[in-house]
Amino acid sequence: MKRKENFIKPYGDLPNDGMVQISFSLPLPLSNLSREAAKAIAREMNIVDEVIVFEKDLYENFSFFIIYGKFNKSIDISKIIAKEERIEKHDFYEVLKFGENVLKNKIKIIAATIGTDAHTVGLDSIINAKGYKGDPGLERYPFFEILNLGAQIPHEFLISKIHEFKPNVVLISQTVTQRNIHLKNLTYLVELLEAENIRDKVLLICGGFRITKELAHELGYDMGFGSDTYPADVAYYIINEFINKNLVNKWR
Amino acid sequence: MEKGRLFLEEKEVVNAKSIAERISKKVFDEIKDFSTTSIERGILRLLDVSGVNDDRVPIVNLFVDKLKKENLLSKGVLFILSNGLLKYPSLSSSQFVDAVLKDEIKLNGIEFFEKESVLKKVKELIQEAKEKILNKKRERERYLENYSPMEKPYFYVIVATGNIFEDAKQAASAGYLGADYIAIIRSTAQSLLDYVPYGLTTEGYGGTYATQENFRYVREKLDEVSFNIKKYVKLVNYSSGLCMPEISVLASIERLDLMVNDALYGILFRNINPLRTMIDQKFSRYILSLAGIPIVTGEDNLIKTVDSFEFYYTVIVSQLINEQLAKLSKMSENLIGLGHAFELDPNLENGFLYEVAQAQLVRELFPNSPIKYMPPTRYKTGNIFISYAMDTLFNIVSVLTNQEIVLLGMLTEALHTPFIQDRYLAIENAKYIRNNLKSISKEFLIRNGGLIEKRAKEVFKKAIEKLEEIENIGLFAALEEGYFSNVKRPKYEGRGFDGVFKKDKDYIEFEI
Repeated sequence: MKRKENFIKPYGDLPNDGMVQISFSLPLPLSNLSREAAKAIAREMNIVDEVIVFEKDLYENFSFFIIYGKFNKSIDISKIIAKEERIEKHDFYEVLKFGENVLKNKIKIIAATIGTDAHTVGLDSIINAKGYKGDPGLERYPFFEILNLGAQIPHEFLISKIHEFKPNVVLISQTVTQRNIHLKNLTYLVELLEAENIRDKVLLICGGFRITKELAHELGYDMGFGSDTYPADVAYYIINEFINKNLVNKWR
Repeated sequence: MEKGRLFLEEKEVVNAKSIAERISKKVFDEIKDFSTTSIERGILRLLDVSGVNDDRVPIVNLFVDKLKKENLLSKGVLFILSNGLLKYPSLSSSQFVDAVLKDEIKLNGIEFFEKESVLKKVKELIQEAKEKILNKKRERERYLENYSPMEKPYFYVIVATGNIFEDAKQAASAGYLGADYIAIIRSTAQSLLDYVPYGLTTEGYGGTYATQENFRYVREKLDEVSFNIKKYVKLVNYSSGLCMPEISVLASIERLDLMVNDALYGILFRNINPLRTMIDQKFSRYILSLAGIPIVTGEDNLIKTVDSFEFYYTVIVSQLINEQLAKLSKMSENLIGLGHAFELDPNLENGFLYEVAQAQLVRELFPNSPIKYMPPTRYKTGNIFISYAMDTLFNIVSVLTNQEIVLLGMLTEALHTPFIQDRYLAIENAKYIRNNLKSISKEFLIRNGGLIEKRAKEVFKKAIEKLEEIENIGLFAALEEGYFSNVKRPKYEGRGFDGVFKKDKDYIEFEI
């Protein structure tokens, strides 16, 4: 039986008013035609009673609209399949103590931003001793031995460094770029690792603003960390997997 | 706020600048005997040598490679070309280069004329090149005279679609909406290419390539907009990376209006060889100065990877050195746009006051510089509403402290390269603050002994201490030891070192 409380709509000011705001530009000059087109787009999104609250001509063939309207459907939350809630949070000292208790060997980590990606902010905040928002980086854990290659590392160079350094963990950072180039960069690395028969020797992790655990799995990575990741999250995951996957013997 | 509001000691400012001058002179001493492949290619481009072969390799690269192979590179292209043209007076520079590449003229055993006639020919070539640059400069001056004046602070926005045709449309929109400077972002990897790509391009990562044809295409589009709105809209690109000199030349020829130019950035964040890029920068700044194109430097990057409060002084150190390096390249102060940024942690108590302190310090230290002020980026998240609020504070500091060229923050900074409407919203915000706070800097004084003054003085003191340390060991050693952004860059390592060569006794400088 359908239960009424399972059906939800966006809430603006009153229950079930369905109020939403959207904004977008159209490749049309500002005119009655583009206004109607903008409203039609809203209606196609199941937004009714749509009102253009703001519009602006952006020169030549572009116009910008802000629209408020009511979402005219309801969502049955009993039918929604949601992923488990995010992993439990640990702070630096807990993870440090945990690592010191369970680890007998140092964990070797190689880190890089690959391809043409020049961003290092994400990687630096996870790796550098300074860390991120008060949570120290991986360099502060005495049981990690880290080789941070930095930004714009060609795939082939990374592979040669992996052969040399024989890491247990490969940490790849990719920031948002256009046209999904970051995804191609990431999958290409997996292909190379497989071709070189070293994919199974390492724990392969990627991180970056738009990266999720699900996306990482899809691309052939063991784990993915997105925004709102703290160094301690990564450290905790690495220690657990190092033991679970018995990574210590892989290069022998 | 006007100059002198921070109660800085004049003699300390003079002292800081003279330390920076000594550091810079030492750098120039160390590089004076060298040129680079990219400088030689730049000179060729000034002499109308352009185009690519069937494999899309630029002719200038082919010719310089040929000189290298024939052991003639150390004489420089001006010397070789002049001798060639004396021998074959009916050929143009470009025709001579073509004939050499087709092996119709052999360089092996080429005859060298007496010094006097060679020098005379070189002067002719240089004069011709300079005239071309000066014509473009005059063209810009005419536009600026005929259109309505721009209002300070100037708004600088970026366009980065990765496709030059879309870039041009969005640049036009931004200009129409009120942007004064529009930078077309180039492909991320371009700084590492040792050649300038050719033609109109529709690909690249995070932007599309800087090419001569792309420069021309967007400049033409902006000329159209400028005509429609009766205000000259300026075009910006990046004179950095391995092709810094060539890009500077192309910018001069295609009437670009502002160039981002900072060797230090290339060294630290692109691992470009320190010697290579310092030599390239000297030439580039000389060319840009001739063209009347101001540079802007990239000090904002120094505080993006380290604690921005603790290390803000490195911005001041780099600015002081950059100013002196530019002056030694014959740039006047009004062409030296030093960079800095609003990048303190938004959770910092009184962070706004410290931002005011830092921005005012930069303004007072470099009163004639068209300072480039960069917006918050590193602490931005997907919360576009807070992001917009942060940009508002940034805009307030810009107006309050009389910054000159203000790079407008984007509400979607943490999400993607700007959408067309993001740029519109940024310009609206900045216009609102510029107009609403018009005369604010004349109405408020900085309190003597207050938080703002203390912060500025503390930063300046730290900067002078660091400058003194750098003077003791030299700039190259400081780079090796990680003085900036914790990055260590050895003098003889890094990309592009193989393009550095020692000039021999026949070499004739372009800068005469």
